[in-house]
Amino acid sequence: MQQNNESHKPHIVGYATYIFVWLSLLALTAVTVTVAGINFGGITLLIAIVIAIVKSSLVLNIFMHIKFDDVVFKVFVGIAVLTLTAVFVFTFFDYLSR
Amino acid sequence: MANHVIAENYVDFYKEKGKHTGLGAWLLTTDHKRIGIMYLVAIVTFFLVGATLGFLMRLEMLSRGRTIMDPQTYNSLFTLHGLIMIFLFIIPGIPGVFGNFFLPIMLGAKDVAFPRLNLLSWYLYISGGLFAVVSVFLKGGPIDTGWTFYVPYSIRTGTDVSWMILAAFILGLSSIITGLNFITTIHRLRAPGMGWFKMPLFAWALYATAWIQLIATPVVGITLALVAVERLIGIGLFDPSLGGDPILYQHLFWIYAHPAVYIMILPAMGVVSEIIPTFAHRTIFGYKAIAISSLAIAFVGYFVWGHHMFSSGMSDTARWIFSLTTFLVALPSGVKVFNWVATLYKGSIELGTPLLFCMAFIFLFSIGGLTGLVLGALATDIHLTDTYFVVAHFHFVVFGGGGFIFFGALHYWFPKMFGKTYNEKVSKAALGTMVIGFMLLYFTMFILGYEGMPRRYYDYLPQFATLHIVATVGSWILVGGILVMIGNLLVALKKGKKASMNPWGGRTLEWTVPSPPPVENFEEIPVITHGPYDYEYNINGDSDKMEENYH
Amino acid sequence: MNKSAETIMTDKPVIDQHLQGEHEHKDPVGAKMGMWLFLMTELLLFGGMFLIYGTYRYMNPEAFHSAAQELNTIIGTFNTIILLTSSLTVALSITALQKGNRTLSVLLLAITIAFAFWFLINKYFEWSHEIHNGIYPGSSELTNRTNGEILFFGLYYVMTGVHGIHVIIGIVILSFMLAFIVKNKVTPENYIRLEISGLYWHLVDIIWIFLFPLFYLLR
Repeated sequence: MQQNNESHKPHIVGYATYIFVWLSLLALTAVTVTVAGINFGGITLLIAIVIAIVKSSLVLNIFMHIKFDDVVFKVFVGIAVLTLTAVFVFTFFDYLSR
Repeated sequence: MANHVIAENYVDFYKEKGKHTGLGAWLLTTDHKRIGIMYLVAIVTFFLVGATLGFLMRLEMLSRGRTIMDPQTYNSLFTLHGLIMIFLFIIPGIPGVFGNFFLPIMLGAKDVAFPRLNLLSWYLYISGGLFAVVSVFLKGGPIDTGWTFYVPYSIRTGTDVSWMILAAFILGLSSIITGLNFITTIHRLRAPGMGWFKMPLFAWALYATAWIQLIATPVVGITLALVAVERLIGIGLFDPSLGGDPILYQHLFWIYAHPAVYIMILPAMGVVSEIIPTFAHRTIFGYKAIAISSLAIAFVGYFVWGHHMFSSGMSDTARWIFSLTTFLVALPSGVKVFNWVATLYKGSIELGTPLLFCMAFIFLFSIGGLTGLVLGALATDIHLTDTYFVVAHFHFVVFGGGGFIFFGALHYWFPKMFGKTYNEKVSKAALGTMVIGFMLLYFTMFILGYEGMPRRYYDYLPQFATLHIVATVGSWILVGGILVMIGNLLVALKKGKKASMNPWGGRTLEWTVPSPPPVENFEEIPVITHGPYDYEYNINGDSDKMEENYH
Repeated sequence: MNKSAETIMTDKPVIDQHLQGEHEHKDPVGAKMGMWLFLMTELLLFGGMFLIYGTYRYMNPEAFHSAAQELNTIIGTFNTIILLTSSLTVALSITALQKGNRTLSVLLLAITIAFAFWFLINKYFEWSHEIHNGIYPGSSELTNRTNGEILFFGLYYVMTGVHGIHVIIGIVILSFMLAFIVKNKVTPENYIRLEISGLYWHLVDIIWIFLFPLFYLLR
């Protein structure tokens, strides 16, 4: 019943938190653009993807409140992301071994 | 329990005086029961259209060469038969009709979580159906790609593929919205005391189905949309002459379309799990195993799609991985079959029509499931790919499984939905006829396929003639059985005796409300204190007596 | 399984069931759940396209690299900043409404919509530039190139195009919310519709966070 009480008293995220997250997102964007200019060879793509994942988890957790919400929403997002990952893996079983 | 509802003068939902009257009371309703009935009308109509197309195809195959139509018409017929039966009958069938009508009642709720979205979903279904029908009469002619829309042919053919894709896209959206609605309903609107493991198994099955609808449908939506864009402006994504890979299309298509098979069969399994305990008068054997196996099927079923592509040029590694996962998904289905049979063991079985439908289901579905393993094994699949064996397997699973249970569910819940009883002698005879016709029609196809008869062919070699005649005669018997069954129900609708509140002795919540149910299902939301199939506990208790007075 | 399932699924609500039906938004958690489920389908819709992208990039690595040189990184970076900032303003708008400051909420929402338009205008100039250079599906310039480059630009137009459609839908939704706040249909006490519209807008942002490096930062 705990979550239910929470839904009656919403968790209000302060302006400062949002602005801090926004600044972090901008900083990460600067990093990803800069890094893309340097040739790291094979791991360039990996770096870009990792930064994108960090950025989107910031948006998910703070902007989209999932950190403060009912745990079931985290499970939902987890299911979607895991399914997508698994579909990539299974498809690449084919393409990597052609 | 909610026995209070049996007031002397309750208003059943057909007699509701709402904001709108006449046709508007139906077309503008947000009552889940009315929407369920509207789905029933539309879906049975499309089923009859699809069945007619199948009937005509079988008629064409009665003799070699031309019998009643030309080859191009035949190509269109098998395409339309597949599209209508899959997208307009079997996928929306049980969730649309019985899910809508009974899920809220079984959970002890007054409606689904989003009643207006529910109505929108019905309208999307109808518009998708209309687009599909319209596409047949456009100048390009009826689509001839097969229901799979395989590229590159679907990019090149002059028939109206894009319209049909639009129809499929809209139907997909309808399916997604229904799924979203059911998941939210199950999470949010269970009656007080109804924990997850006190839910009826039909709700569990719908829950698992809804997840597949949500996760798989968007992938096919965008894939088909890309085929339409490809036809329109030639982006090259699926066009081999521009570098596109047709096998990637097959991957994306089956990422949806294989889980879609479980959208077709899981709700049917849920219905069987309701009917069997009711008619065995015994609690279900292995409740949790059945509930969890629904989720397991939904999960594993997502990773077997490659078995549709064993002969398409996929890599060997991928082929054996997908073959392995295919064998794995047979396990949870097996768990269910054993649990149903174990439920019957030592039960006091009453051979009502719905139970006989379940018996037919278990028999036909087991044949379909086991032949699925024959196709899932790499070596035998190479021999059987694209033969009648596949057609037979698919029809045993989807028609013998999902289709038969759609009608089984209709016979089970007919008294509740319409407040009328039907003639059981006729319905049993109709079912027997259907099973005989079904076996003649589709079992013959296993033999034809094994001997090498390719599917989707307009003509055949002389040595296949006898079996083709047997199959066509089977189709006549099957159609005869279906017509008698539907006729029997229509007669019952007109002249049937009034049904009691709980004609079969069921234990789930829908049997605690009058037939047909009142406007908002329950006068007071019930409080759940026991499991859904608890035969130790008499749900109707005093109400049985009250009911006698009531009639 | 059982234990974890029970703990995950303890979201059992006690809702006044009389509030069902006509007043569906009276269950804010339910409404939010519906939106999250919808966002999952959006994620998988784009996921399908990312799968196509991944496969073709794996098959044509060089062609993807050389084709990406022709995209304008500066305009892409600029659009990223615009979308990130619009995500901030919509989040702030919800906080403002929660704290009872309707004027600030409306103002922030209007800024969000303005940013969304700005994004689309940049997109328009970017596409016009490409098309002016003769790079669009079916053009003679493009069909003379290698298969890998044709696929790259096919994906570029489709994926940023579908994303653009989502931006337009977002503008429509946010405009409705703005009107609702002005007309007092969305209030500091009942703001769930604004909240779930915000969720949708953030998803549009997340998609772009992935599109940006995959198309504009391939050097």
